Amino acid sequence: MSNTVKKRRNTIPLLTTVSPVAIWLILLVAAPLLYVFFLSFMATDGYKVVIQFNLDNYKNLLNPTYIEIYVNSFIIAFFTTLICILLGYPFAYIMANSTKKSKTIMMIMLMVPFWTNSLIRLNGWKTILGKTGVLNSILLNMGVISEPLEILYTRGAVLLGMVYTLIPYMILPTFASIDKLDGTLLEASSDLGANKLHTFLHVTLPLTFPGIFSGSIMIFIPSLGFFFVSDIMGGGKSQLIGNLIENQFKAANNWPFGAALSMMLIALILIMVTVYKKSGGDMEDLGVM
Amino acid sequence: MKKKNGGAFSRIFTALIYLFLYLPIAVIILFSFNTSKMNIVFEGFTLDWYSRLFRNDTLLEAYGNTLLVGIVSTLIATIIGTLASYGMYKYKFRGKRIIDMLLYIPVVIPEIVLGISLLAIFNLSQIPMGIVSLIIAHATFSIPFVVFTVNARLSGFDKSVEEAAMDLGAGRLKTFLTVTLPIIMPGVVSGAFLAFTLSVDDIIISFFTTGPGSNTFPLKVMELTKTGVTPDVYALSTIVLIVTIVLVIVTQREKKNAV
Repeated sequence: MSNTVKKRRNTIPLLTTVSPVAIWLILLVAAPLLYVFFLSFMATDGYKVVIQFNLDNYKNLLNPTYIEIYVNSFIIAFFTTLICILLGYPFAYIMANSTKKSKTIMMIMLMVPFWTNSLIRLNGWKTILGKTGVLNSILLNMGVISEPLEILYTRGAVLLGMVYTLIPYMILPTFASIDKLDGTLLEASSDLGANKLHTFLHVTLPLTFPGIFSGSIMIFIPSLGFFFVSDIMGGGKSQLIGNLIENQFKAANNWPFGAALSMMLIALILIMVTVYKKSGGDMEDLGVM
Repeated sequence: MKKKNGGAFSRIFTALIYLFLYLPIAVIILFSFNTSKMNIVFEGFTLDWYSRLFRNDTLLEAYGNTLLVGIVSTLIATIIGTLASYGMYKYKFRGKRIIDMLLYIPVVIPEIVLGISLLAIFNLSQIPMGIVSLIIAHATFSIPFVVFTVNARLSGFDKSVEEAAMDLGAGRLKTFLTVTLPIIMPGVVSGAFLAFTLSVDDIIISFFTTGPGSNTFPLKVMELTKTGVTPDVYALSTIVLIVTIVLVIVTQREKKNAV
């Protein structure tokens, strides 16, 4: 009895606090995604969507031209993630093992570049790497090279742009996991005779693996979709899944096929997040940024 | 555990990472003072681009749009997100897990998928594409981040403080406004700060949810990238960067003084 009274008394505050977010998420997250799912089974007359159930868009996903794009996109996403781990983890490790004061300074210095829009910073790279850019003119003047290097508009340049844009997503979670490591475990390990490398490989690394995993998800997934990086750094030569989707919704005007491509990405993410959760990963760590 | 600032290798490695991060910024600042219009070679020093910037109406308008969308979407996301976090922390109800799940979707799906989904639904529901659709889209991807930030603050919240206030006769609303809100305020502020940062920097979702004539600054830069970004854009970025750095130094000082 008293329980129902309590429940009723809670109804109004519950509705005022939770219903705005519930309505917002249903209308602007759930409904749009369901609509895209629906669109992925529709057809197009080259101008607009035609309501006609079919599976052609999904069959079309296996077209060899597109498979080439997925492969390219996965290679770039894989190496972006790998390079971010190789550069970001040691950096986070050094940062976590610094004094409290230098930790704060290092963290602020890490964030400052990201207050300038990423497109602007990528244009900065373009100015540096271009055929007549800063790097080439310095090297030419110093006589190191006799012909300007072709760096911009290559796959390497796209990779550089990706790593540049996404590296904080590796540094922040790995820093968090290294920073909260229990110091006594490391001491115990060295007391028991393990050297530094041994302690690192058998204690630090396994314990900070969740940080690496969540960072990898936060890098791998966006890098499949960052079409502007490949536009600017690759000059449109290196197509990613993101470029392919963008194209369906803009120039090619084939929304149903774009919807099917999006569904493929969502399926991929579901798999990755499930593996992440199964291996003990915490969903909250994916939203720490 | 000993805390020190590491050996020579650590120092060199850290310096190289920072060099990598700051190199393009240095180039942007340098070329904003360049006499040549082409961002290729530094020819000489001028302040011309800074004065030209203030005559470049389309660029200023785009920046104005960015700030407008940023401020309004942050306000919406902060209010809805804070209420949601508080309600979900305080009450048990059916469908809580569904809301929780829906909150993670915008965070884990690629921005491009959220972007095209919003484009599709705006198109279906005949919402005109422009500033309004941009604000709705930005609030959508910001809400989860506000919820998570406030959640973190609420997890250390002592419920007995609220009970004490209510025992002393304060109503629910009064308790929330005078007791709870001040305590969770740091979380609300950092959530709002995060939402604003995400909004101002957003490219992909804006790209799909804007309409003709309502450009944001990142979209304008994207458009200019095809023909070549002019140094007045670099000048604007330099000003924004300096203003942000000053703001951060001021707030850091305030924080120190407060402690």
